[in-house]
Amino acid sequence: MTFSVHKDKRGVVVVGVDGQLIVGNRQELKQRVLDAVDGGSRKFVVDFTRTGYIDSSGLGVLVSLSKKIREQGGELRLAGLNEDLQTLFELTKLDTLFSITKTPEEALGAF
Amino acid sequence: MTTPLRLDVRRLGTGPEVELSLNVPSDLDYVGPAVELIVASCPVGTLSPRRLLFNFRTALAEALSNAIAYGNRHDPAKVVRVRVEIAPEAVRVHVADDGDGFDPGTVPDPTLPENLEREVGRGLFVLRHLVDHVSFNAKGNAICLTLRAG
Repeated sequence: MTFSVHKDKRGVVVVGVDGQLIVGNRQELKQRVLDAVDGGSRKFVVDFTRTGYIDSSGLGVLVSLSKKIREQGGELRLAGLNEDLQTLFELTKLDTLFSITKTPEEALGAF
Repeated sequence: MTTPLRLDVRRLGTGPEVELSLNVPSDLDYVGPAVELIVASCPVGTLSPRRLLFNFRTALAEALSNAIAYGNRHDPAKVVRVRVEIAPEAVRVHVADDGDGFDPGTVPDPTLPENLEREVGRGLFVLRHLVDHVSFNAKGNAICLTLRAG
């Protein structure tokens, strides 16, 4: 399984990405998050603790989901990026679009 | 995904140089498996494990996706040809499609404020930052990525 999705006690949806977020599986992530938005969820954390690499399609889907969630009055946060992934967000300047924390717990605590 | 991927591994001459070749169908579902197959077959040594698992893997995925989506336009009759040369001083990745090519100089900068929230358009930018050198053939339908040893 590539993604794990669970809701914490306060209703924040935590999505874990196992392995990679690339062109072949980004649609699945998009659908799972949009289903949760349709179900009324507005706060999301994407946890990359177990992620090896993200391609530009993966970055693109995060941008588009974040925009959709913001339009609904919610927020999508990112957590657990390794050093290489953090650099990828910095060089594409996407670190300016997202709230990024070291751990999913920090992201949850900041909601 | 119905066509099995078949990787050819060839040793060049009597030295340590190795060449991997793979034809990938023009379907984005093949990108992940094709990348993993090539990475698993790359002899260790030229690239550090970290650069192999991040820079090489991400750059190869970008080049393959671009070739399938923008080059071959998902045409099932076409394939993307991947050739990886592994030598002690560098790894070179050649990715060629059957499309009409493009002018890489016309791709907008995805980090400009007006482009930052666009879903697409970061592939080439990311590629250029992950490898040491990027070159195209004159037509613009074949890319060569060079990662120096280390």
